[in-house]
Amino acid sequence: MINKIIEALCLALIANGALAAEDESAWTSQLKDQFFAGRTITESDAVIDLDAPYRAEDPALVPLKIISKIPQTNDKYIKKILVLVDKNPFPYVGEFEFTPDSGKADLAMRVRVNTYSFVRAIAETNDGKLYMSKKFVKASGGCSAPIGADLDAAMKRLGKAKFRLSDNIKPGEANEAQLFISHPNITGMQMDQVTRFVKKSHFVNRVNVSFNDKPILTAKTDIAISADPNFRFYFIPEKNGILKAEFTDISCQSPTSRANCKAGQSFTETLAIKP
Amino acid sequence: MRYLIIAISSFFCIETHAGVVLSIEQVADGIYVHQGKHEWPDHKNHGAIANIGFIVGERCVAVIDTGGNPEEGKSLKRAIAKTTGKPICYVINTHVHPDHIFGNIAFKEPGTQFVGHHKLARAMAARGQFYIDKAEDQIGMALSAEHIIPPDIEVEKTLLLDLGGRELLLTAHPTAHTDNDLSIYDQKTDTLWLGDLFFIGHLPTLDGSLKGWLAELMELERKSFKQVIPGHGPVVTDWPKSLEPQKRYLGTLLTEIRKMIRNGKFIEDAIEQVGYEFKGEWLLFDEFHKKNVTAAFAELEWED
Repeated sequence: MINKIIEALCLALIANGALAAEDESAWTSQLKDQFFAGRTITESDAVIDLDAPYRAEDPALVPLKIISKIPQTNDKYIKKILVLVDKNPFPYVGEFEFTPDSGKADLAMRVRVNTYSFVRAIAETNDGKLYMSKKFVKASGGCSAPIGADLDAAMKRLGKAKFRLSDNIKPGEANEAQLFISHPNITGMQMDQVTRFVKKSHFVNRVNVSFNDKPILTAKTDIAISADPNFRFYFIPEKNGILKAEFTDISCQSPTSRANCKAGQSFTETLAIKP
Repeated sequence: MRYLIIAISSFFCIETHAGVVLSIEQVADGIYVHQGKHEWPDHKNHGAIANIGFIVGERCVAVIDTGGNPEEGKSLKRAIAKTTGKPICYVINTHVHPDHIFGNIAFKEPGTQFVGHHKLARAMAARGQFYIDKAEDQIGMALSAEHIIPPDIEVEKTLLLDLGGRELLLTAHPTAHTDNDLSIYDQKTDTLWLGDLFFIGHLPTLDGSLKGWLAELMELERKSFKQVIPGHGPVVTDWPKSLEPQKRYLGTLLTEIRKMIRNGKFIEDAIEQVGYEFKGEWLLFDEFHKKNVTAAFAELEWED
């Protein structure tokens, strides 16, 4: 018995050593091929630069910022950014598409980080080239968990949304906008054998933002987005118009597979912009 | 060689735990508390950091929180057996956090019922797997699903538990420290066991609702109690005065973060700027303050 316990503790200690190391195996052995089979990716912060805290103070809400280093012009622009958290049970955070009308392909969001992991953003420019920026994030511990703190409050507000912009909107320039969506973004619960509690995942899976019906940000998202999804992005208001967000949610049987999902509701939020 | 060292250190670790009787103190007639140390849960303390204890009635014993790992639960059980021959009829969990529930398994036996807030089972379902997966890495303990033991008795609002000649009034609080906080009031000695609704010395950790927590504290400070037992820190006899530091800290988070949201500041700004004047006042500030600001900001930006 004692031997078995020692063995278990030894394994635990060794596993612990491996966990803390900056390990890229999930990316090199699986994710790269899953998302970019056969393609060349340049690792560089010259096109986009991913900013993430070194320690995930609250694993349920880790602020990420992607800063674009090239302007969005008709000739050359960032078309798409894929965000992954290597070691999450479901690494795919989301795919975010931009247009020249976005003005700047900057993006800030809040994600769940379950454990010590690389977070990576891969940008595709309109000429089909790929650029990757990554950061290693140390998971926090203690009583923290990557689950929203007040599920019922988030449930009550589900589907509510709002925009927030600076009071001083500059016409013809890239202006920053913040979109708040209230949604619990439930990851799914698997402890039913013990607690009699079963819950499907239930999360925002699409967010489309447009200005005067021209797409600004088109996103496919998943459970790694924190409860109450929050995005900051840019757009160019040439003249008065309507900033519009349309989003949908979905529920899936399993937290880690998207094989069996059921479409949920659609929501719309608009804001009149007068630059 | 590395394996050998690990094996030896693991062995000593077990040696020191074998047969340990948890240190307890009688803080009122029949109320026994083990005061946890203000430490980050790690491989040395194995997550045993919270205040845990028990209350003895004429008929039986109620355990209040079971500790941060199964061994601590067992050593609490030994302390109970040394104190009284009475059986353990209830195990009350004040909330879902691992430093309060991971000793539960030591008490799982016929005749003992687990008691918790009506939202505790859901919180265990949502977080249990994550806490288990993290246990090896964090506290050096290999745990499994059997270590998550949900309540047999759920408290919707209040519940009286009779220990024989002694009634405990359990109150399920609205979302505050967590969304499943339960407090225990012993009428006989006018003692309130508040769990992590109340912190002394250890920075309060927000994992529920800042506004909800402050509202609960306002209710509680209107009442008087002979003794109040916090989830972390010493038992106090000067309620509500001893609540002041916690109220000041949480109140400042509320005002300062509201101000930042009104001024169009972002969550990253608040994390870097709010509340640092409290750094010298609390232990584990660096470990928990940024998380508190993050959670509070995410709550308060939905106010309007």
